[in-house]
Amino acid sequence: MFKSISLRRRESLWGYFFISPWVIGFIIFTAGPMLASLVLSLTHYDIASSPIFVGFDNYVKLFTGDPKFWHALRVTMTYAFIAIPLNLIFGFLVAYLLNLRVPGVAFWRTIYYLPSVMPGVATALLWGLLFNPRIGVINWLLSLVGIKGPGWLASPQWALPALILMSLWGVGGGMIIYLAGLQGIPTSLYEAAQIDGANRWQQLTRITLPLMSPVIFYNLVTGIIGTFQYFTDAYVLTGGGPVDATLFYNLYLYKQAFTYRNMGYASALAWVLFVIVLVFTLLVFKSSDLWVYYEGEMRG
Amino acid sequence: MRTSATKPQRSKKRAERLEKIIGLVILTIGAVAISIPLLWMISSSLKGKNAVNAFPPQWIPREPVKVELDGRACYLYDIPIDGEMRRLALYRKNGPTGIFVDPENPEEQYEAPVLDGKRVTRIKFHWENFGLALKAAPFARYALNTLLIVVFGTIGTLLSCTLVAYGFARFRAPGMNWLFLLLLATVMLPPQVTLIPTFILFTRIHWYDTLYPLIIPTFFANAWDVFLLRQFFMSLPRELDEAAIIDGCSYWCILWKIIVPQSFPALATVAIFTMLYAWNDFYEPLIYLQSPEHWTLALGLQGFNALYAKQGHLLMAASLMMVVPPVLIFFFAQRLFIQGVVVSGIKG
Repeated sequence: MFKSISLRRRESLWGYFFISPWVIGFIIFTAGPMLASLVLSLTHYDIASSPIFVGFDNYVKLFTGDPKFWHALRVTMTYAFIAIPLNLIFGFLVAYLLNLRVPGVAFWRTIYYLPSVMPGVATALLWGLLFNPRIGVINWLLSLVGIKGPGWLASPQWALPALILMSLWGVGGGMIIYLAGLQGIPTSLYEAAQIDGANRWQQLTRITLPLMSPVIFYNLVTGIIGTFQYFTDAYVLTGGGPVDATLFYNLYLYKQAFTYRNMGYASALAWVLFVIVLVFTLLVFKSSDLWVYYEGEMRG
Repeated sequence: MRTSATKPQRSKKRAERLEKIIGLVILTIGAVAISIPLLWMISSSLKGKNAVNAFPPQWIPREPVKVELDGRACYLYDIPIDGEMRRLALYRKNGPTGIFVDPENPEEQYEAPVLDGKRVTRIKFHWENFGLALKAAPFARYALNTLLIVVFGTIGTLLSCTLVAYGFARFRAPGMNWLFLLLLATVMLPPQVTLIPTFILFTRIHWYDTLYPLIIPTFFANAWDVFLLRQFFMSLPRELDEAAIIDGCSYWCILWKIIVPQSFPALATVAIFTMLYAWNDFYEPLIYLQSPEHWTLALGLQGFNALYAKQGHLLMAASLMMVVPPVLIFFFAQRLFIQGVVVSGIKG
């Protein structure tokens, strides 16, 4: 009896030992800094001098005295509401077509996924050339069909649409996940539906979409989180301009922290970002009851 | 009986084939759209200074041909002379009229309106762009820094995540499940929330502007890779572990002699993702690395852009060189790669 307890304990201790790198890392790089940034968000701090406690001043200023905060939020949300659905639709479409058992699936998959493995800086610089209003390929293509292309990244109206267009180049990232999901749907379901006389559209809406809804749900959540991390393309291509047209939330936070050295204010921005992401994710989770179908529910 | 059974089958087959053709057409259009930027990068990297700024854009870089006459470089033209197309060099311009000379026979001279002629061009790839770009900035230094981060970051991630995943996959202890949920929850945490105190911490211990902030944290495991490895370890049969224990094997020896040898695909997947991430990352190097001698390739490329923005050919040559390694890794490890995306994507 005693021996078995001590064996148990031995196992537990070894278990803790093996996960200890993560536990230590969690304390040093996650839990500690989280607490610290919460405290910092209540101070004015520029690293050089010691922090000054100011209570909720940063938050008050953020919500009532900082139009740039609201502007950055608007830019980020606009991007999220357009780029995420577009990427979802196109990614799903490509995966759906590949799943029709067309010849050369591996070939197509490679081409579509390729942009997703390339370094962000290199692709941003490339798109900078493509978007050049005078000599760029995009305006040249538009001129072939008789459209005079806009100034894209140099234009306050067109800079954000340009970045959204650019995001579609990464459509393969979502596609890979959709494709794997589609391949996991048993063909027997479709065969049964065909015997019952269901056409393609009915098969799509009654079988494919319900079974794929958890995957779509996952991509939606990661898409929202990803938009609030959006940084490299805007930093490299526009620096947030022209006239703040592409001042994404994360870029604004970066500027507050590392350009203006407002560490306290940037910490407040980070916590507001955290809450926003959390609220959106919870909203998506809550709404998922309405549209996400999990296998096994049927039996219940 | 027989014909009535095959007929609907045949029309179904035909419908399926039509579907595939429509699918292929749409896929081709999309693939062309995806490829245009890639081809443009390759094409631009091989252009001369004039071709890269030419409009309409040139897909295959061409350059006007020059010949030497009296020690002067003259453009070669195709021009009609007395109703006959000739290939002549433009020797001198007199307003709109040009003096054209046959380069084979310089005594032969003609006067003709320059606008009637067309400059002779030939395909020319500027392979030297790659060398010029490399010389224009200390890319060797950037590559070395990047490789240090890639190599040590991969070692750190593999070591720490293997240990932690083994702990979560094989050991029962009070609070273990709770800790695992906590680990998964960290995926949802935006890195900005911890960024500033972490930055201050690294500044305090004088690690700002060194590679340490980009390497050391990898030795403390991360949620994605632990999750991926744990899933894999859990799928391995426990009987082997138990047999090994009876043979007097320690937990270390089980991990090293039994789990790890069976897990090469999963470990390779983690390694590939870590390498790719470290190679491509821009955000963290931007925050922690200040002086150019510590820059990574991503930072170096951005710095190069600031200086050479007008020289698209060199910029694209440098970009292409940075793009090739991850693309090669992707090509050679495609299966592992896609499995990894899918495991972390679907089951996560």
